[in-house]
Parts: sequence; structure tokens; C-alpha cells
Amino acid sequence: MTEKIDKLMEYLQFPAVRYAIIVGLLISLCSSLLGVTLVMKRFSFIGDGLSHVAFGAMAIATVLNVTDNMLIIMPVTVVSAVLLLRTGQNTRIKGDAAVAMISVGALALGYLLMNLAPKNGRTSANLSADVCSTLFGSTSILTLSQKDVITCVVMSAIVVAVFFFFYTKIFAVTFDESFAKATGIRSDLYNLLIAVVIAVIIVFAMNFVGSLLISALIIFPALSAMRVFKSFRSVIVCSVIISLFCASMGLLLAILEGTPVGSTIVAADIAVFFIFSIISMVARRGEK
Amino acid sequence: MSTLLKCENVSLGYEGSVVTKGLNFTVESGDYLFILGENGSGKSTLIKALLGLKPQLSGEINFVGEVKKNEIGYLPQQTMVQRDFPASVKEIVQSGCVNRCGIRPFYNKEEKKLAKDMMERLEITHLANRCYRELSGGQQQRVLLARALCAARKMILLDEPVTGLDPKASNEMYELIDSLNKKDNITVIMVSHDMNAAVKYAEHILHIGGKQKFFGTKEDYLSSKIGKAFLSVMGGEDDD
Repeated sequence: MTEKIDKLMEYLQFPAVRYAIIVGLLISLCSSLLGVTLVMKRFSFIGDGLSHVAFGAMAIATVLNVTDNMLIIMPVTVVSAVLLLRTGQNTRIKGDAAVAMISVGALALGYLLMNLAPKNGRTSANLSADVCSTLFGSTSILTLSQKDVITCVVMSAIVVAVFFFFYTKIFAVTFDESFAKATGIRSDLYNLLIAVVIAVIIVFAMNFVGSLLISALIIFPALSAMRVFKSFRSVIVCSVIISLFCASMGLLLAILEGTPVGSTIVAADIAVFFIFSIISMVARRGEK
Repeated sequence: MSTLLKCENVSLGYEGSVVTKGLNFTVESGDYLFILGENGSGKSTLIKALLGLKPQLSGEINFVGEVKKNEIGYLPQQTMVQRDFPASVKEIVQSGCVNRCGIRPFYNKEEKKLAKDMMERLEITHLANRCYRELSGGQQQRVLLARALCAARKMILLDEPVTGLDPKASNEMYELIDSLNKKDNITVIMVSHDMNAAVKYAEHILHIGGKQKFFGTKEDYLSSKIGKAFLSVMGGEDDD
């Protein structure tokens, strides 16, 4: 055991490891905040769809050889988020079908583009490694620069501030959109806000857990918390705590055992979900 | 009595296709208006228009005096999402105050007190910290009614408030609404196809179906041809 702690301390000497932990925790915090809203509004899959769009956008950025990927990925993802929410209200293509369509479409085109582009001195071997790491997260979390960390801190601060400032409105719009609208709350605006925030979180989280696993980071803590807690506020507080806990556990394990960061964190989230499910089952038995 | 709401020659519909037309009616302060009509007669479109969620095709909907637009307390039909929503009763009732906040992020003392008063009025104070999804249908409706009253104290619009309730809970709900109307002088607009309740509680009745078929007092409606016809069809099903 002491060996492990020594090993951990040794790793923590590296700024890269510390950066990874800071960014990891911040992203888990942000992603868990809106989880309940997305689950209740039946938007669970939007995270999935958007992360694939982000993947496609990244492929385009790679092919175009743009130095700062974010310049392409961020706007494309935000626009897709807005469009997806719009189609949710439109009847021609149903919301879930639209998400599925955009999601797999972007994934396929992204992979195709990456294959077609022979630039950057790539060999096909490290292309698939590349794709794999974008999909499942990678060691790129350990190559963060100080600038990346600062961007992430600022982004998280904005997300948390937006969430607190609009908390009552987000609750009203999540619980009952037609009532909120009838009392003069501009629910379209808040839906838009939610979509944009989610898009931003997803783009930042992509480096961390990879684009396939982001949804897990968003919905698992919320689903776990909803099993046990009974008020909106306690559910949100609990899902933030779960998310931070799982992220720390996942990161520690990943560092010590050399497992992939993203999957380890998601595994921790799944474990917590089962524990909470059992707790809620026991609690219900107790009530009867 | 003063007029609160006036509809003049209103037509409603979607993108050119008219659902219902020629609506002319007024709602007085303290009124209890039943809006009757079969499914697809344009009831829900009328609700949306009254709430300002959807513009009318033509004609005018005017709020006069005490009530302004966005000041109708609305009790919508329950959605699937709400049935398993993790929120406490208190949080939901308070969310009725959200339009009073403006850009202030949290509720102030006054709004919290209003929510508390409304919970007391509707006898759900003991449920305040319970989770919404664990309540019975009747209790859930009371919670939503309390929320509606937080949003507006003068006029409430109820969209089929007893759907899915058992007869006892339906009865209690109707009595509660009636007492809000009589004791607290709240103007009630109820959309329903429950003829028995209309006969028992309504002051005025608006019957729509493609066009305005009747508007007037309950007594006139019952002696009118359309009223008799509707009563014999709808009322026969569940006589009490």
C-alpha cells in the first residue's frame, strides 16, 4: 500500500499529472450539473450526438491542417446543439431520430475524412491509434499545457456561474415548459442556453474521456442521484459529489495501474450507479 | 363585476388551416367559465392563444384591467416527464414565482412566503418536503394548482384538471376549485368535457367545435338545443 502511495506522490511531482487531475475534476463538475436537466428533458442522447459531431469537426480540422482545432470544433458543435434542439420541436424528423442520424453521420464522415487525408506524415497504423484515442480518451490528457488548464478553469467558472444564476429558471423550464412559457419565461432562450453550455462542456470533455464516453460523464451521476434523492437541489448536489468522487477514483486508478483514463472513470460511475440502485431498492423495501 | 378578458371574433388554427372561428366571449371578474368541446374542437388551441403561447389567426384577445398577459395561473395537463420528476413539493410550488424574479437568480422572502401560504390554502403543507413522484394523482394536481396560484392570484386556467383521477379525488378537486372561486374570488376558466361538472359548477359555458356553438350562462345553455344534445350524449356516460 505504501508503495502505491509513494508511486502516486512521485507522479504528482509532474505538473502534467497535476494539470490532468485539475482538468478532470473541473470537467466532471460541469458535466454533472446539467445531467438531471438532460435526463428529464429526454435529451440524454444529445451528449452522444454532439460528441460525435465534435469528432467529425475535429477530423475536418485535422484535414484542413488548422493549428487550433478549437476554432472549428467549438462553433460546429454549438451550431449542431442548437439545430438538434430545434428539430426536437419540429415534427418532420423526430428528436431521437435526428440525434441518431447526426451522430452516426458525423462519426462515419469524420473517420472517412481522417482516412482520406494522407497529410501530416501519418501512417495508417497510427491513424487508427489516433481515432481510437479520440473516441475513448487518451494520454493526451497528460499533455495539457498551462494554457489549456487556464482555459478549462475559466470555462468551468462560466458554466458554474451560469448554472447558479439561472438555477430557478432552469428548474422551471425542465419541470414544465408549457407552464414556464405561460408565465412569461422565455423557455426557448433557456433551451438554447442549455444546448450551448452542453456543447461547450462536450468539446472540452472530449480530450478527457473521449467522444464516445462523454454521455456517461453527463448522465450517470444524475441517474445515480435520482435513484436516492427526492428534491431537485439534493439530486444536483449529490450528482456533483458522485461525479467528482468517480473522477478522482478513476484518475487515481488510471495513474497507478496505467488503465485508460476515460473508461476507468466511467467504470467507477457505473459501479456507483449500481450501488445507488441497490440503496434505493433497500430503502423502498424498508418503507413498505 | 368588471370584465377581465374579452375575445372578439377570434379565429384559431395552424398555418392557414382554421381549427375554430368566430369566438366572441367575455370573462368577468369572479366568473367560473367552462369551455366545452369534443376532442379536436380547438380547445387546446384556444388555451394556447389565451396564454399568449400562440397567436390567433384573426380577431382580438384583450386583457382588461387587473389581469395582464402572462398573469393567468395555468394548470397544464400532466406530462410523462413530470410523473417521475425528482423534485420536492416545495420546489415545485415555488417555481410558480419564477416570473416574479426577473433576473434575480433566487426567490426572496416574500415569494417563499407566498409559496408557503398557497401550500397551506391547498392543504399540502404536510407534503412540502415529499418527492413529487411519490404523491397520488390528486395530490400532484393540488401541487400544480398551488404553483399556478403563485404565478397569478386573479385568474386561473385549468386544462382538464381531473384527467386520470379517481372519482373521489376528482370530486375533491372540483370542490377545491369551487371554493377558490367562491371564497378567494379567483376567476376560473376550466377546459373540460365533463358535462356533469359543468352543470354543477359553471356560471358561464362556452361550447366550441369548429366554431362558437354557444356562449352564455349555464341556465341558458341547459335549455338550449345544443346543450340538451350534448348533455344527452356526454352526461349519460357517468351519471352519479
